[in-house]
Amino acid sequence: MQKRLDKKHPLAIRWLHWINFPFISLMIWSGLLIYWANPVYGIRIFGYELFKFFPQSFYDLLGIRFRLAEGMQIHFFFMWLFAVNGLVYVVYLIVSGEWRAILPVPGSLKRALNVALYDVRIVKKAPPRGKYNDAQRIAYMSVILMGAGSVLTGIAIYKPLQLSWLTALFGGYEWARWLHFWLTICFVLFFLVHIVQVALAGWRNFNSMITGVEIVDVSSKSPRPGVTTEEAPS
Amino acid sequence: MSENKEALVEKVREFEERTGHTVDSYPGDPNNTASILGERRRLSEPLNEADAERQMFVRSRRSFLTAGAAAVAGILGWSWLSSETKAHLYRRAFEFNERVSRIFFRPEHLAKEFPPESISAIRTNGMEGLEAEVDLAAWRLAVGGLAGRTDDLLLTLDDIKKLPRIEMITEMKCIEGWSIIAHWAGARFSDFVAAYPPQAPPFLSGQNVNDRQELPPYVSIATPDEKYFVGWDTPSIMHPQTLLAYEMNGEPLKPENGAPLRVASPTKYGIKLIKRIGRIEFTNERPRDFWAEYGYDWYSGH
Repeated sequence: MQKRLDKKHPLAIRWLHWINFPFISLMIWSGLLIYWANPVYGIRIFGYELFKFFPQSFYDLLGIRFRLAEGMQIHFFFMWLFAVNGLVYVVYLIVSGEWRAILPVPGSLKRALNVALYDVRIVKKAPPRGKYNDAQRIAYMSVILMGAGSVLTGIAIYKPLQLSWLTALFGGYEWARWLHFWLTICFVLFFLVHIVQVALAGWRNFNSMITGVEIVDVSSKSPRPGVTTEEAPS
Repeated sequence: MSENKEALVEKVREFEERTGHTVDSYPGDPNNTASILGERRRLSEPLNEADAERQMFVRSRRSFLTAGAAAVAGILGWSWLSSETKAHLYRRAFEFNERVSRIFFRPEHLAKEFPPESISAIRTNGMEGLEAEVDLAAWRLAVGGLAGRTDDLLLTLDDIKKLPRIEMITEMKCIEGWSIIAHWAGARFSDFVAAYPPQAPPFLSGQNVNDRQELPPYVSIATPDEKYFVGWDTPSIMHPQTLLAYEMNGEPLKPENGAPLRVASPTKYGIKLIKRIGRIEFTNERPRDFWAEYGYDWYSGH
């Protein structure tokens, strides 16, 4: 059986992706240290609180209590690194053309639903895909927009007077804080799904995010996910 | 996999080599969303299995070593920094953020004012410097650093009330993350400065005459017992919404809210809105600040 080593992830994408990991982790961790000082959010239905962010045991377990000053120190230092790394990533996507792989296209929503059905074995045939399937397109584009949203709501909370127009855009100071919090929860949910999906996708896929190349069986149905050669010029 | 498809892979590669440009997409292929936006393909030379696995192993080893070295360097480097170095780094970051903030600071940027029905319940926080009883009759405001005198000027509350009375309904934000909306009445700090002008900072030789500052760059404010003290930068304290307040929600200040005189301002977090002012000093040195000494941002400006 023949195999190919197909280039999958450019060097810049890999470095920016992995550098982002410690930065966003530190932003979430320091965000928790800050949030503890005023932990007001929860999931409520008809005034009944289903879940409170967060239970006391959670703070005790992680040793989060009374560390507001430390949280603000970390948050307002690493915010620059997180934002700059994210900005470089977006610029790289645009300049390199990699945006083509993650921008949702007409029909993405429908195909993404099929991807989910295929993942849980309800649908037998995998929907068509490019480098990424449409669920990935939507997820990866969303997470970039979430990053931008976190930066902007963060700035709105940080400078609510000098940039009051931005704070007003998010519905005022309290709503900006609420959004900032829920975007973080969404990041954590994204992360959990991402980890599960990477684990399910297997070693070759994970390895390609480190090495940049993916080893592909030439005898497989498709030479690389999504890229068939049916319409190759002859 | 049919022989047919394998041959097609070869054909694509040959085509690319022959014409010198890559096949970017497959227009019209319904099974391939890569065609929609024209994603670039990166097909490589097919290799026999042993060669492919060996090359992949070499690549993996190199990449994992690089990644591992970067991760270890990052973690070790960070834990190698002493807590003093980190504290210093974080303080420098706060100071850098302050410089950036001050570039964008405009006194004409005003905080939103709210209608009376928005006023929220009072939330009292921070009793540092308020432990002793306050004798309102004996209270005087000491002011240091005024033009033409070296000793403190002592003012009564009536002296402050003689200044134009300003009312505002603004949002007070605690550094803990909550906020309330309150109705304040008092004198603008800028009106206070106009009535009691401070000593201008010394004119340094070699300084451009246009850079001459009329006001000292900082103001230090402390409670009568000096147990609570804050430092303000002059632009923030001269902001038109920074008040020396004597009324809150239509009543004279209560002791726990800062009677008889406190700072009210939407320009900074509540930690800077000192209650029960005992002394104000105009100064050229960056003043000490109670919470900054516990690692909080000295500027804490909005």
